[in-house]
This record gives sequence, C-alpha cells and structure tokens, in this order.
Amino acid sequence: MMLTDLTLAAARSGLRQRAFTSRELTEAHLAAIEALNPRLNAFITVTGEQALAQADAADAALARGDERPLTGVPIAMKDLFCTEGVRTTAGSRILGPFVPPYESTVSANLLRAGAVFLGKTNMDEFAMGSSNMTSAYGAVENPWKRRQDADAVLVPGGSSGGSAAAVAARLALGATGTDTGGSIRQPASFCGIVGLKPTYGRCSRWGVVAFASSLDHPGPLARSVEDCAVLLGAMAGHDPKDSTSADVPLGDYQGACGRSVKGMRIGVPREYRADGMPEEIEALWRQGVDWLREAGAEVVDVSLPHTKYGLATYYIVAPAEASSNLARYDGVRFGLRTNGKDLCDLYERTRAEGFGAEVRRRVLIGTYVLSAGYYDAYYLRAQKVRALILRDFTEAFARVDALLTPTAPSAAFVQGEKMDDPIKMYLNDLFTVPADLAGVPAISVPAGLDANGLPIGLQVIGKPFDEETVFAVGAAIERAASFDALPTIRAGTAQ
Amino acid sequence: MSYSVEGATGPWEVVVGMEVHAQVISKAKLFSGAPTDFGAEPNTQVSFVDAAFPGMLPVIDRECVAQAVRTGLGLNAHINVVSRFDRKNYFYPDLPAGYQISQYQHPIVGEGTIEIELADGSARAIGITRLHLEQDAGKSLHDQHPTKSLIDLNRAGVALMEIVSEPDLRSPEEAGAYLRKLRTILRYLGTCDGNMEEGSMRADVNVSVRKHGDPYRTRCEVKNVNSVRFVMQAIEAEAKRQVDVWESGGTVEQETRLFDPGRGVTRSMRTKEDAHDYRYFPDPDLLPLVLDESWIAELKAELPELPDAKKRRFVGQYGLPAYDAGVLVAEQATADFYETVAAQRDAKQVANWVMGDFFAALNRTGRTVADSPVSAENLGKLLDLISDGTINGRIAKQVFEAMVATGHDPGSIIDAQGLRQVTDTSAIDAAVERVLAANADKVAEYRAGKDKLFGFFVGQVMKAMAGKGNPALVNEVIRRHLGN
Amino acid sequence: MSLDPATVRRIATLARIHVDDAEIPQLQSELNGILGWIEQLNAVNIEGVEPLTGAARMALKMREDVVNDGGAQDKVLANAPERIGAYFVVPKVVE
Repeated sequence: MMLTDLTLAAARSGLRQRAFTSRELTEAHLAAIEALNPRLNAFITVTGEQALAQADAADAALARGDERPLTGVPIAMKDLFCTEGVRTTAGSRILGPFVPPYESTVSANLLRAGAVFLGKTNMDEFAMGSSNMTSAYGAVENPWKRRQDADAVLVPGGSSGGSAAAVAARLALGATGTDTGGSIRQPASFCGIVGLKPTYGRCSRWGVVAFASSLDHPGPLARSVEDCAVLLGAMAGHDPKDSTSADVPLGDYQGACGRSVKGMRIGVPREYRADGMPEEIEALWRQGVDWLREAGAEVVDVSLPHTKYGLATYYIVAPAEASSNLARYDGVRFGLRTNGKDLCDLYERTRAEGFGAEVRRRVLIGTYVLSAGYYDAYYLRAQKVRALILRDFTEAFARVDALLTPTAPSAAFVQGEKMDDPIKMYLNDLFTVPADLAGVPAISVPAGLDANGLPIGLQVIGKPFDEETVFAVGAAIERAASFDALPTIRAGTAQ
Repeated sequence: MSYSVEGATGPWEVVVGMEVHAQVISKAKLFSGAPTDFGAEPNTQVSFVDAAFPGMLPVIDRECVAQAVRTGLGLNAHINVVSRFDRKNYFYPDLPAGYQISQYQHPIVGEGTIEIELADGSARAIGITRLHLEQDAGKSLHDQHPTKSLIDLNRAGVALMEIVSEPDLRSPEEAGAYLRKLRTILRYLGTCDGNMEEGSMRADVNVSVRKHGDPYRTRCEVKNVNSVRFVMQAIEAEAKRQVDVWESGGTVEQETRLFDPGRGVTRSMRTKEDAHDYRYFPDPDLLPLVLDESWIAELKAELPELPDAKKRRFVGQYGLPAYDAGVLVAEQATADFYETVAAQRDAKQVANWVMGDFFAALNRTGRTVADSPVSAENLGKLLDLISDGTINGRIAKQVFEAMVATGHDPGSIIDAQGLRQVTDTSAIDAAVERVLAANADKVAEYRAGKDKLFGFFVGQVMKAMAGKGNPALVNEVIRRHLGN
Repeated sequence: MSLDPATVRRIATLARIHVDDAEIPQLQSELNGILGWIEQLNAVNIEGVEPLTGAARMALKMREDVVNDGGAQDKVLANAPERIGAYFVVPKVVE
C-alpha cells in the first residue's frame, strides 16, 4: 500500500511505530501534488520547503517521544484560513499578494498538534459557490470520472472544492474547510470522502476570512469518519479572540466513532427531497435507514416543515452579512489596488476588478436587502424564518438523537453546468443549508455510487454540541456502506 | 425671560439637542487590546482587528462597558441590562472595516437627566435620551500632501460614548451650561476627560427654530464643534440662518453643516445622497451584551459623590451660597482641595481665599488645582496664621504670593522675611508718634473735623511698620494719640 | 420587488463596486431573478417569532482592560499597496 493510500489514523500509527518517517510521508504527498496538481488544480499554493522542514521537526519530536495528536501528519489548509507568512487568497484576486502577519486559531491549533502543512487549497471565491468554479485561480477537477463520458471534467463541489479533491486524490491525508451553506459536506459528497460541519462556535473563526459570520463553520475533510474525528479534536476549542466561540468542553470524538448506535433514535425528515432528485439518491437514503436499523437503531419519521425555506433564508442572510464583511476589501491597507481619479473611484474600480461575478452578485443582493426600506421585508423576515428552522430541529431533537438525510440532490455535475442561472447553482445546497442556519453539527459520509459510478453521500445531523452522536452514527453508516470505490485520478495512478 | 432670535416677523424660539461623543478613559480599545494613548507615532497603536484585516474579530473590553454604566448612573439614567451591537455601514478611509460597530436599536443606557444652572440662578432639567457605546474612527490628514490624504488608524477602535440629549435646550447659554455640566460629571466619574480641544469630547448640535408654541420644524446638524464657546456661537449663527431662510419664504433643508469660527457662520458639508443609508443590522460577530445586576450595583456603590450632591452638601455643611458651592464643585479636584482646607476652619473664609487669591494665582501661572504650587495643607496653615494673629490679612496676601512663587510653606516664608505681625504696643506707639509728628498739619485738620484723615494715618503707620502692624492695635493706638 | 437600472446603479454605488453600462441589463436580470425567488419567504407565517441573530446562543464575554496588542507598525503597514512614511494613503478627500 502506498503511503498516500493510508487513512490519517493509520498514517499516524505508522509514524508512531516508526514504520516510516514523516519526511517519507510528506515527500510522498508532495510528489503526488507535483504529479497531479497541474491537472486537478486543487492547490493554489504548495508550501513544499516548509512542509519538509516541519516533517523533519516532527521526526525529531517523535524520536524524543513528543507525540502529539497530529505530529508528522501532512494535511492541507483551505485558502480561506490565514496562515502566517504564507500567501492567503480566499480564492479571490482582491487579496492580491496578501501575506497574513498572523496565523488563524484553527491552523495554529493544528500546528501545535504537530501537523505538517502541504499548502493552501483552491476554493470558490470568498467561499461563495458550490462548484469551485468561481475561483479566481481556476476551476478544480473532481478526481472522479463518470463511467459513461469519462472525458467529462466534473466539479468537486464547493466552496471547499480544492480540499475535497486533494483528499480524494490522496494528495493530503486530511484538509480543513469551511461550511457556510454546505461547503464542506457537499464537496465531500461529490468527492466520495467524509466532511464534517461542527456545531457553530465549535471551531474558532479568528483568522478565517469572513464570508457570513453567523454561518461560517470551520471543519475537517478526510477519507474516514475517524480521521475527521481526529482532526476535529485538534482543530476545535474555545477561543477568547472569537466572541462567538463556544466555551463548551470537547468530546471524545475518536472514541465516539466506535460507539454502537443500538438504542439510538434516528429521525428521517420527510422534507429532504427535491424535484428531479435522482431515484438512486432516494434509494441510497432508504438503504442508509436500513443499515441503521440493522445496527440496532430505532428509526422515526419526523417533519421539519420549514426545510424548503432554508435556501431563500440563506440567500438573504448570507449575502447581507457578506456585503458588510467584504467592505474592508478596498485597496487601502492590503490586497489589490486599482487607482482612480478620486477616493470613490479607487474603491469602485478596485472592487470591480477584484471581485468575481458571483461575489459581486451576492454583495449587491446583500446591500439591497439591508438598505433603507427593505430591512424588515427581507433581513428581519429571514432571521425569523431562521428561528423557525431552528425550532424545527429543536422539536425533532426532543424525539430523536440524530437525523439521516441525503447530503446533496445530485452527484457531481459537469464543469460549466448550472452557470447560466445562479439559482440552479444555489439549489445544490438544499439539504445542507438548514444545518448551517441552525448551527447544528452535520457530517457527510460516502455511502454508495450512482449509475455513473459517482459517489453519493448521506448526511447525519445531530444536536448542538453533540458531535459524538454524529460521529457514532456516521461511523455506523461508514461500516455498513463499506465504501471502497476509488477515484480515477489519484496518487500513484498513471495519467 | 427666554431667549429668542428676532426676525422680521417677530421672535423665533430656538430648539437645540446635542449629541456628544465622549472618548472613554480605558487602557485598551473597545474591541481590541491596542492602547488608547493620545499622540503616539502613526499606526503604532493599531491591532489587526482595528485595521480590519481578513479574519479579525471584535472582543469587548469590560472596563469600557463599566465606564458606560458609570456614566449612565451619573446621568440618573436607566441601565439596559440587555443591549446589542449593530453595524453602521459606510465607506470612508478612516473606517477600515467599512462599518462602525455601534448600538442602534438597543443601547446600553436609556433615559436620564442633567440639571443645568444658569447665570440668573435658575435651574433646568435637560433630558438625556440615551447613551450608547461605539468605535471611534481613525484620523485622516488632508493637508500633508497636495493630492493625497494620509491615514493614521491609532484612534480607530477607541471606545466612544455617544450621549444624546432630548431637544430640550432653548438657548446658546443653556447649551453651554449643558456641555459644561456634562463635562463636569464625566470628569467626576473618571469616564472621560472632557477635553474638547484635544478631541476627547466632541459635540454635534441639532438646531431648529420655530415660533413659540408651534410644532417643531426641520433641524440641521452642526457637526464636530470642538469648544463650548463655538457651540454657543454656532447655535446663534445657525438659528439666524434658519430664521432668514424661513422668513424669505424658503424651506430649511435637513442637512449636516460645519461651523466656521473664523467667519462665524455654518456651511453645508458635501454629502452624497446615499451617505445616510447605513444599513444597520446586528453585528453577527458579537452576542447580546447582558449585564449582571449585582455588577451594576457594585459600580453604583463605588461612584464618587457627584457634583449636584456635593453642591447641596457644601451649601448645607459649609453654609456657602449656592453660587459659591457651584463654583467650588465644578472640578472634583477643586472641591477636594477646598474641603481639605476648610476642615476645622472657617468655611466661608476658606471659600473666599480659594475662589479669590487662589484661583487668581492659578490663572496667572497657568496651573491647575492638580499641579498647584500651593498645597491645600499650606493654604490651611496660612489661614491658621491669620486666625492666631501671627500675621494680618494684608501680610497674608504677601505671604501667599511668595508661596505661589516658591511653593514653600507659610511659616518658613514669614520667618525668612520677618513678616510676623507686630503686636508690641510700644513699637506701635513709637511709629504712631513719628507719623503724627511728621504730619502735624493733617492732625490739625483731623481735629478740626476731617474724619476721613484717620484712614490716612492708619496707612502711614502701616507703611512705617512695613505692613506688619496689627490693624486693631494700630487703630487703637492712633485713636489714643489723637485723643478721641 | 423588481429592480430598475437606476436602482441597480444606486446599490452598486452603495456597495462601491463599479458597474459598466453594458453590464447593467444582465446584472439587473440576475438580481431580479434571485429577489423573485427569495419572495417565497413571504408565504411563511412569522407572527410572534423573534428573529434569530446568530446560531450561537450565549451572552457576550468581556475581556480584561489590559494592553496586549498594537505596537506592530511594520506588520500593520507591510501589506499596504501604497504608503507614505508610516501612513496609509488614499486620493485626497475634500470635506
């Protein structure tokens, strides 16, 4: 087995047992990146030298018995996390050559846990998108190919498309992402890997380029549920520098992966279906329900009546917050600057040149819905519907421990599709958006393949701060699914 | 007798409300740990949070919140246990994030009152509408370069309290009194130093006019007036302008104006149409601010005695007239100084000395009570030396001037200069005899009935004794010699 | 709520993003499409519902009043696209 085929947990054990060194492990991944990144475009910045230096330091640490949760493990960081001394772009032109003079809390936590950073992964611009096609640094190719029409280039999903593709193609053992409307879970589903959106406030947002403050959730992507648990344990924790950071103790996430689901009550919300959703996804969902029943869980029908309003709610709240969060990109203190005849011109031209079309659309929508006379009709109303969406979850969780749903209404689609109408793209987030609005934890686990051989994920949603149950149920699905299909484009295969 | 602006059509009433921005005294900024000191090198007191770098987040400073609560309590205002921060969105180079974190719908402090005292001795209660916390902006320098403006973010993020009054003020004098009283209260509380020249306290004045009894008319805001005097002038100028507009058949447009002290007029600020669409919404990086009632009670218990209460006590305890008490409590340091000197002494005499010679000396030397050359202890000693007859009142003034100049205590000055009052009757006798002998003609005039000359003799004798004669004894001896 | 070209311009100005004349029709159409789609929220009965402002349901934690930041002039200025001495720079603003 190649080093790049190991799970993160297995690689960690291997390092601790000195079966191989971090240097070897890191070199293997850097070689894979060198071979495949020109095609996949999963990485915007590769930090090869730094990674090797970190690997050597990790080997020295291991030699003296200093074993931390991630010592020597090479992972990738979504380019939305500010990394000190390493260029950070947020997938946008407007950040220009910006090199942060500070390290985000989450990446600092990972560094402190001994991780090795391979580089910064590609993403939809400012995390706005579900296909990675809005990146100013080019699209990312999904390492999975269709059985029919194997030449078609597929999207990895988004906005954490680069992280998902990198993990799926075995260019990294794990990666960080952020999930605002589904940006960890949907690409995880499209790329056949595991992605977790923790409870809101579980992982600090300090140093994460802000898109929509009340909806941004940093979280892990990896090739197994247990790997995500290990990553979450290292990423999470209260941060006094983030006022929305939860001061709640961490759980035993790795331990939870082995917990039985016997006796657990699993809710199946009838509203998680979409017009035109492939029957295969419904079938896989029913299959998932059977798996959990067979594992001893009790399955209950539940209703989350406001589910269908999630997208519209999200597409008011997120753009509104984004329009304000992105006001700081003005060419004055960092990033791109396009000079103009006066101050107003400087702002207008810098931002016109620096922001892509999707970002511009959302900033304008956001500006409009907050503007004089419209606040009540749009933003205030949306925040009330949001309260109802949360109430749906709270009421359901009074009766069940977790929910099982599909992650996305389709498998990965072809690059260039759904670009003619923004709303078509937004519909990708139908099943993921409600958990963002409510702040409840949710995971996507690869459960099967569609007729085209493309992965489809199932989603487990849990109670606030109960990631342990989410991991337990997710791991149960993973065991039952025995998903062992591999993407066509991956480390070690001829291209 | 109410103030009015005389127009062609008769008298117009002036309606004024004030929004004061008071910089909070704290070590660190409202939402970042950068320092708040004045006058540092540019951009040396800037956190990445203040500079709105990507991914930066606000965390609120407890002392800033405490200062707002203390101020609210000092304004007899309602403290809102739950308040919220909102973003006020607009673009300007001294506002790095493109929004200011402020409080819009749910401020930390609600309604209160300030008592103001006017020159004619009357008092009025002026309503406070609210007080909220918000971030200060950085500074733009427009005069350092021909085509560019320079931006220093040191001040960006410093905590401000915006204190809004009801439109209860009716004259420039009332506005001046309000500002001075507000400043006094803030200084007593230690929540703001009230220094308008340095910009730690700024006033935006809302002015409108109307015929007495009519409903309110459109108001204009005169922004960033940085002295009490200018506020009063600006009100007068703006009120006159508005009266002229109304009386010539025009309509006053609601707008923001600036006061030009050189020309004594207000002028319109350049504003774009959308300048005021701030798109307020709750700041999603922050949570509701929920205050602990017991913490508020603690803050209340720790408040110093405030000016109104202190003034009432001075009137009662020291028997001072209201006006004098008012003068003495205007600055807490002065009040403390006074009380130290007045302890166990003649309160009125002390008041006269403090408000007279002492204040005059401070003015003359450009000092304040805080760095006074004469300590309270020493002034007290001086007054004791008058009371016990060691020196007379006139010599005391001389000694006082020497105290101001040297900072020394009165006893050593008296000894060094030999200024002890002379009570030795034979010495006085001798001086009187000499003076009367040298002025025989005037003695005759006096005896012939010119009583006024008595003062002349007293003056001459005092002169001969270098002022050190005990006045009462001098009088007595002169009378004896003149045979009255 | 349908946007006309003048409103699109006004919003673009509020947001300080330059939009060419040629881009207005497309943008107008896209924005109107999204706003029309969002209208579905009007069907929801929100009577008596308090707005949810953020998924976190805790109270604001306060920080001790100590200076522990700032004093990094170089770092603050390091990424500035333009500077004069220790100042950031913009085209001159007339007040």
